[in-house]
Amino acid sequence: MKLVLSGNEAAAYGAMLARAEVISAYPITPQTKIVEKIADLIADGRFKTEFIKVESEHSAMAACISASLVGARTFTATSSQGLLLMHEMLHWASGSRTPVVMVNINRAVAPPWSVWADQTDSIAQRDTGWIQYYCESCQEVVDTIMQAYRVCEDPRVLLPAMLSEDAFFLSHTSEIVDLPPQEELDAFLGTYEPDVRLDIDNPRSFGSLSMPHQWYPEFRYKIQEGMEHAVEAIERVDREYGSLFGRSYGGLLDLYRCEDADTVIVAAGSMCSTIRAAIEELRSEGVKVGMARIRVFRPFPTEAFRALAKDVRSLVVLDRSFSMGSEGAFFSEVKAALYPLSDRPDVRGFAVGIGGRDITIETIRSIITDSLRPDTGITAQKWVGLRRCEE
Amino acid sequence: MNEKTWKEIPIGGLILDAGNAAEYHTGDWRTERPVHILDKCKHCMFCWICCPDSAVIVKDKKMVGIDYDYCKGCGICKDVCPFDAIEMTIEGTED
Ligand code: SF4
Ligand code: SF4
Repeated sequence: MKLVLSGNEAAAYGAMLARAEVISAYPITPQTKIVEKIADLIADGRFKTEFIKVESEHSAMAACISASLVGARTFTATSSQGLLLMHEMLHWASGSRTPVVMVNINRAVAPPWSVWADQTDSIAQRDTGWIQYYCESCQEVVDTIMQAYRVCEDPRVLLPAMLSEDAFFLSHTSEIVDLPPQEELDAFLGTYEPDVRLDIDNPRSFGSLSMPHQWYPEFRYKIQEGMEHAVEAIERVDREYGSLFGRSYGGLLDLYRCEDADTVIVAAGSMCSTIRAAIEELRSEGVKVGMARIRVFRPFPTEAFRALAKDVRSLVVLDRSFSMGSEGAFFSEVKAALYPLSDRPDVRGFAVGIGGRDITIETIRSIITDSLRPDTGITAQKWVGLRRCEE
Repeated sequence: MNEKTWKEIPIGGLILDAGNAAEYHTGDWRTERPVHILDKCKHCMFCWICCPDSAVIVKDKKMVGIDYDYCKGCGICKDVCPFDAIEMTIEGTED
């Protein structure tokens, strides 16, 4: 079935098609429409789920973790300040090994107040033990929710995942979305059956204490083991989804026109569609440029970057976030991934689109022109379009 | 302590056997030890009421001693005893 859906509506449909059994979410701009659409689908009798109303995002995540421990498939959605309020519970979700799936609308963090696109909110959750997907289209939102449940509920992974969509550019932009038949999705997903669950007839202890000499490092190491398994699971599930439904997204790193590229742009989120258009223009002018879209940021696509680096002269990394006192996380992590290689491409970094500032084809072209200049000695990350008095 | 490796333990900080907290001897944390002096004790039960770790042992309405598996050595029993029938000593020394 094909429908015209915004990124927010796609998230609600994704939760319904995945048959999420318990949903707890708190509304926040620009995610509100997800919660409203879920309420509509429930009111219309189309979506059988338990919707738990809560007073905050912190409670929403607590409700999802508890429901997941019982063995329910759970879903939530948030954005920006709401995601930040969840931070403590995000660690609890991954530490408790609950496969909660959440959609986060990437919105700038205050102050100053801004509801526009910026990835600082989710990048700031980098170390919470969550799998992180970044979506480029409304179609990818639906498809990735399906894939995420399969990956997260894999007994070798058992970790939560957040899917990010850029505020407004994706959350409020409508496009045709193909929804696969429910029976086929049911067969693809199965049901969530944890080995150990919260069960009054078979009591266990959850959320216990560990002294330094006991098991703390061992429990934490097991989370890393789950992340290592997630690399394989994300690739495998994406391929399987592609063979069943005709759409796959390159696993962790989505490569576009990289085969003969000298320069490859690295980016994530909605700006990647603009980058594709810019690449078409540049290619027609003879510039051999491609794109490596970071579809999954955690686990980091280290091996995929190393494989790509073999044939590429330079990588141009675009961050829609910035780590104050350092540089954009993508820029840092791409360089770190390539460090062990003896023959590394040149890596240049640009902070772009901060706080929703528009990224046009012209923006991308100017970045490429800038980075193609030989021997500029650029190593620090440049803030693109920053109004400077010297300019 | 059981030296299982990271591969042998369950995930998620789970404890699979329910109600096994009793196997964990929190008395190990004690740095000071209360010593009960039976001769001075009037079995008033003040210490039994006040002990936060339920470590005062009572049999047939008599205070008969302290359960060192769970006594954390806080000294509350010594403070509340009206008859100086409990003394604190440094753990690891002779009484
Ligand atoms: S408070 Fe003192 S006198 Fe009373 S029961 Fe305890 S040890 Fe005995
Ligand atoms: S020292 Fe504290 S824990 Fe130990 S018996 Fe006295 S009151 Fe209880």
